[in-house]
Amino acid sequence: MFRYILRRVAWSIPTLLIVTFLVYLALRIGTDPVASYKRINPRASRAKIAEYIDVNGLDPNFVQGYFKWLKNFVTGEWPRSIKGRREVWPALKDAMANTLRLGSAATVVGIFFGLIAGVLAALRPGGKRDVFINTSAFVGISIPPFISAIMFQLLFAVYWQKWFGESLFPTSGVYPAGHTGFDLFLMLKFMALPTLVVAIQIIATYSRYMRSSLLDVLNSDYMRTARSKGISERRVLIKHGMRNALIPVVTIAALDVGSIVGGLIITENIFSYPGMGLYFLKSFGEGDFPLLMPWMVVIVASVLFFNLIADISYAWLDPRIRLE
Amino acid sequence: MAEKVLEIRDLHVTFDTPSGPLEAVRGVDLDVSAGELLGVVGESGSGKSVSFLATMGLLPARARVTGSVLLAGEQLIGASAKQMRSVRGRLLSMIFQDPLSALNPVHRIGDQISEMLRSHQNLSARDADKRAVELLDIVGIPQPGDRARQYPHEFSGGMRQRVVIAIAIANNPKVLIADEPTTALDVTVQAQILEVIERVQERFGTAVVLITHDLGVIARVADRVNVMYAGRNVEQGTIESLFDHPSHPYTRGLLASLPRPGKQRLKPITGFPPNMLNPPSGCAFHTRCEYAADICKGEMPPLVGFGDLQTACVRAKELPKSESFV
Amino acid sequence: MSKQESTVLSPRQMAFRRFVSHKAAVASCIIIGLLTLFIVLAPLTARYGVNESVQAPPNSFLTPRAKSWLGTDDIGRDLYSRLIYGVRVSLLIGLASAIISVTLGALVGAVAGFRGGKFDDIMMRVTDLFLAFPFLVTLLVVRNVLGALPWLRPITGDMSSVRFIIVLFGLFGWMGVARIVRGQVLSLKEREFVEAARAVGASRRYIITRHLLPNSVGPIMVALTFSVVGAIIGESTLAFFGYGPQAGDGATSLGILVGAAKGAVQTGYWWLAVFPCLVLIVIALSINFIGDALRDATDPRLDRGV
Repeated sequence: MFRYILRRVAWSIPTLLIVTFLVYLALRIGTDPVASYKRINPRASRAKIAEYIDVNGLDPNFVQGYFKWLKNFVTGEWPRSIKGRREVWPALKDAMANTLRLGSAATVVGIFFGLIAGVLAALRPGGKRDVFINTSAFVGISIPPFISAIMFQLLFAVYWQKWFGESLFPTSGVYPAGHTGFDLFLMLKFMALPTLVVAIQIIATYSRYMRSSLLDVLNSDYMRTARSKGISERRVLIKHGMRNALIPVVTIAALDVGSIVGGLIITENIFSYPGMGLYFLKSFGEGDFPLLMPWMVVIVASVLFFNLIADISYAWLDPRIRLE
Repeated sequence: MAEKVLEIRDLHVTFDTPSGPLEAVRGVDLDVSAGELLGVVGESGSGKSVSFLATMGLLPARARVTGSVLLAGEQLIGASAKQMRSVRGRLLSMIFQDPLSALNPVHRIGDQISEMLRSHQNLSARDADKRAVELLDIVGIPQPGDRARQYPHEFSGGMRQRVVIAIAIANNPKVLIADEPTTALDVTVQAQILEVIERVQERFGTAVVLITHDLGVIARVADRVNVMYAGRNVEQGTIESLFDHPSHPYTRGLLASLPRPGKQRLKPITGFPPNMLNPPSGCAFHTRCEYAADICKGEMPPLVGFGDLQTACVRAKELPKSESFV
Repeated sequence: MSKQESTVLSPRQMAFRRFVSHKAAVASCIIIGLLTLFIVLAPLTARYGVNESVQAPPNSFLTPRAKSWLGTDDIGRDLYSRLIYGVRVSLLIGLASAIISVTLGALVGAVAGFRGGKFDDIMMRVTDLFLAFPFLVTLLVVRNVLGALPWLRPITGDMSSVRFIIVLFGLFGWMGVARIVRGQVLSLKEREFVEAARAVGASRRYIITRHLLPNSVGPIMVALTFSVVGAIIGESTLAFFGYGPQAGDGATSLGILVGAAKGAVQTGYWWLAVFPCLVLIVIALSINFIGDALRDATDPRLDRGV
């Protein structure tokens, strides 16, 4: 088990390097960082531009440039943003904290209710409850997050205010303008709608995964063996069914991190929630290379990290993988 | 004759399918005596497995089961789920066809056996584990102590079937139902598994119902045989009399289609098994029977004593005497 | 005997039966059919032109009324008519890009699954990574890269054109399809008829095109429907964030119309948000239902009596 994890970790380092190189290439081709620098700072001197090129590793030779960027990145000499010359790390750190909060709230809520809904549906396939859950899940995955975000804003804020004089939930930011300090209740109130938007997607996706996975398991021979032992249905389901059913769900979950983060980016933008998504769309729109690269590294690293977590829990759940 | 531990009377099982109701079992009567090994033989779709899954209460909810099943005097048809749970695994247990999928891949072998023990006996975890190792030893698994800590994928097919048997006999049941226990295995392994089943039967006095389509298997181990066709039993009797002078045309056909040394050609039964959505009237075998007459299409023939056999054929007396297959 | 025969159905008939028994899918087929009819007959069904105002000013932000069933937008154009034209463009984008991505994906998946080895490893690693990455990020970055390569211009057209969007989603969507087809090919590869073809010395190409792909038609069709939805939703997401096709020459798309919804939240012109979003949801839901029923119909293993 330990060696298995070690091998996976060892694998992710070259992957991280290769992917960041690809991202570097894509950003250089796609956003032309030097041009955007000149556009934002039209009066920059030649020396300033040269310094900008040097510190960001924007050499004409892509490979050389990448390694220069990598060296600066690893040694902590991060260039400042092209607009306003802000330091990157504090901005990135705040965005990460905010997104982590929103993302984990949505994921916990989403996976919890998604799995429960999936189990409830699978227990009586074809029954009324199953049809209801399955159809709702279908509607859920067919509604893009930006639409549900807008609908919630219209309903709970704009029209709620019209009808009842006060909106039920705020629609933008983490705190009201001018608020300082920490206030859990206020924070939760601001997080409620964006969390709901992302969680709906997760619930819809996971209930479907869980349902089909559990259905496969319920029809398997070892479930019949378990029943033939005369143990309670509850025990059959939990001890024999759930663990097997979770194995494929966990595998898919690793592939799903991308779409969850994708949903977060969209949702944050609509709710002006200052997280990774808003950070990305802003800096991408401005072609701000110094802001974008660290963001990309964080995203790539977390994708790999979640893959690793999924691999480990997969191995933990399934002894057939463990000993391979 | 020894006391009857399992009495099945007029058992019917109907499934609702998209194409209409399908009656898979159409009035089966069958007795199992204590300690005997009863062979149940028939083609796939003859209702042999379904009958015993119904006995175990393991059919899906959409199956309708009527009739009577008495296990040691206790009525199982219509019993509550709780009652059935207490019977399953304690008085009545079952071995399934495919040992590769019958064991839960994510739990250790030992745990899967002790789960069976602890669900019906008041045992501590340690005692159950110890007993599980003993059971592995009984079914002939070498180094049972180490093997108990392994997972199913570390076992071969034959070894897994031994584990399934160990689970089934853990609580020393009165009746052990073995549903095609050797079909999925290699021939050499088949013989070993049959031996294990026989050993268990002798050692614990368990009555065994061996469901199979393979008359060769039946011939080797069974005391009595029950032949099924299209959801009904068509003939039953001791192994000796059935092989010596089968009287139902279907049994004759089955025996004649067996390869035997010295025999020139096999004689297969012509035609196909009937469609159970729309079974033939009367004796369901009349569509394939070389002795069929108009009378066969009338009513379903009941089992009638015929010499030392019981045969469900109205023309049994008129038929020419069969050759012996002993 | 005749009744007995009537219950024996060919696999295709059984698939058809299973499909028809999926009521939501049948309803979806009718909805998509009607919608197609509407947009094909656009000059007849639309009440105004794409850029035509309903009446002389003041005509902006009119609430739904007899003259304009679904209300008007900021410069007085009829939302109902614009929706018809917009859906036309969006369905075109969805269908065209899905065909590109399914063709690409089926080929890559079939070859990867059939050849196995290094090629398969690398292909699957690449697709895994792409799929694991937040799709909007990849989409925006790939979009910029495609737009920045001058030698691609003859194929892709201008970055704000519909053609560019089609190529973008065509190149973008093949990975999911490749995974599905690869899985199917992997399981088919071991089947007897493929072994038999190999045993008589059939070429790789022959086996892939004559045995593997035809037997993967079910999964490929399913992938096609999901690609269509993916592209339609993707286009509207891009448009929503201002990276979609531009409304030049009076053309419009569902994405452009949905994009206008953002403003409606603050202003309270609810019809501009609700109707385009509703149409988008209905289309996505219908095609998803069709895809789901196709999957159930073509994969007997999944026969679960639903």
